[in-house]
Amino acid sequence: MQNHPVFTDNDPQSELSTLNLGPTHPATHGVFQNVLQLDGERIVSGVSTIGYIHRAFEKIAEHRPFYQITPLTDRLNYCSSPINNMGWHMTVEKLLNIQLPKRVDYLRVIIMELARISDHIVCNGVLGVDTGAFTGFLYMMEFREHIYEIYEEICGSRLTTNVGRIGGFERNFNEIFFSKVRKFLVDFPKGLAEFESLFNRNRIFIDRTKGVAAVSPETALSYSWTGPILRATGVDYDVRAMNPYSSYQDFDFEVPVGTRGDVYDRFLVRNEEMKQSMRMIDQALKMIEKEDPTIFHADVPEYYLPPKEEVYNNMEALIYHFKIVMGEVETPVGEVYHSVEGANGELGFYLVNDGGRSPYRLHFRRPSFINYQMYAPMSRGMLLSDAIINMSSLNVIAGELDA
Amino acid sequence: MSKVTNEEIIGLITAKFGDKVIIEGEPYGMLTVETSREAIIEFLGFLKEDAALKFGFLTDITAVHYPDLEKQTGVVYHLHSLVNNIRIRIKVFLADGDVHIPSATVLWDGANWMERETYDFFGVDFVGHPDLRRILNVDDMTVFPMRREYPLEDPNRVDKKDYFFGR
Repeated sequence: MQNHPVFTDNDPQSELSTLNLGPTHPATHGVFQNVLQLDGERIVSGVSTIGYIHRAFEKIAEHRPFYQITPLTDRLNYCSSPINNMGWHMTVEKLLNIQLPKRVDYLRVIIMELARISDHIVCNGVLGVDTGAFTGFLYMMEFREHIYEIYEEICGSRLTTNVGRIGGFERNFNEIFFSKVRKFLVDFPKGLAEFESLFNRNRIFIDRTKGVAAVSPETALSYSWTGPILRATGVDYDVRAMNPYSSYQDFDFEVPVGTRGDVYDRFLVRNEEMKQSMRMIDQALKMIEKEDPTIFHADVPEYYLPPKEEVYNNMEALIYHFKIVMGEVETPVGEVYHSVEGANGELGFYLVNDGGRSPYRLHFRRPSFINYQMYAPMSRGMLLSDAIINMSSLNVIAGELDA
Repeated sequence: MSKVTNEEIIGLITAKFGDKVIIEGEPYGMLTVETSREAIIEFLGFLKEDAALKFGFLTDITAVHYPDLEKQTGVVYHLHSLVNNIRIRIKVFLADGDVHIPSATVLWDGANWMERETYDFFGVDFVGHPDLRRILNVDDMTVFPMRREYPLEDPNRVDKKDYFFGR
């Protein structure tokens, strides 16, 4: 695959023009730069430049204790931070061989599926904006706000949530949380139905998206695509179904797939995934009722930071608190790969541990980074306006792309 | 769950490659093998194409730097067989001053940026890569920052000296 800059000809007779799309163009929704060579409105070739917000998370992680890496994961895909947080906690729990109580797993599923919905809301809403329909975006933003209010109930934050701890959650979920989730489950289907009625059979939207940037399953797999954009091509690879984590095997859900792998299919797959997410949240709420309502973390005092009042009044808790905070906890030497189904693909954590205070090496398998590399090659021959909606349908998040 | 077991994979690998591939173990259930750079493309191609294994999905390429080892840089491949739902980890260790390995872009298009990232941070030269440039760091950077000899912060920084904070 030729990816080099090809803008070598300074031929004044050339009819081609060079366009710098980005790094900060309103249509790119983040710091993405693509230098495009255009023949009229048609793209002849393009080169992606990334790394504008590279923050060296992998290097920083080598110098932080495990629990301080959670805030770094927030800033990968910041549209669905809880999935990243949970993925990281589960990686460490896998390393430490911690078995979680079922209730914690189900609470995590609720949070992760809410995060998936909020991510898909943004992606599909923005796709509407880029095709010229602002209404859907505004309708859906209301529900993202409701999800963020639910986050606030459990961790106090909205965007970079830093929710949960290694071994469970920092505090039990309150009744306001559950009532807000129940209300969301009632309200959101109506909003989603309204959103779908604006788009799914809208002639203008279909003309703009159907057949645009169609990708075959073979190409998608060769480029290591994962997530909704891979499923839109017809490959039913979903980490939640293939390698269930956090008790996803207890849930009854379907993996929606597309047929043509174009922008329209990606849009439909995301909409359908939101419905499946709601199904899972509904099931989780029912299953939680059968569990002991006081359990919100695993009983692993040597790894789980104790509550502050116990630290002040209980000798063991003080010792554990000290050991955890000072990084004196024994951790097994080994290497572990754990992946979760992020909102835009398989988010993997490759953790090499030497038993020290921080990971010896931590690598994030970031779906945005891997999905985005096909953008420039696939833009060839496309209209500029189609390339714009293709970018928003890939759901590439700059924070995750550049880590 | 998975349709083939790690033991069956080990059997197939040793039958084909003998001592060219060393079985390291199965940490946390994932089969980990080590091979040499001479065999890596043939080995990856075998894993990808073999009718029983079908490790057709390249999950990740990265590297780990071990300054204490004789061969300091370990290139790590993660493959996933979507048909059999099983994963495998392949490592190749490279000695310092001789950090090159054939590119996997001949097998997967997706290896392109993964290898560029590995080059960018560890200085691994992927021979045969169509466009091996830095990807996340600035182009005129001269070091490979994820190697262990580079500290997190530049020790020559002057903007964090104590006297700026009244200490």
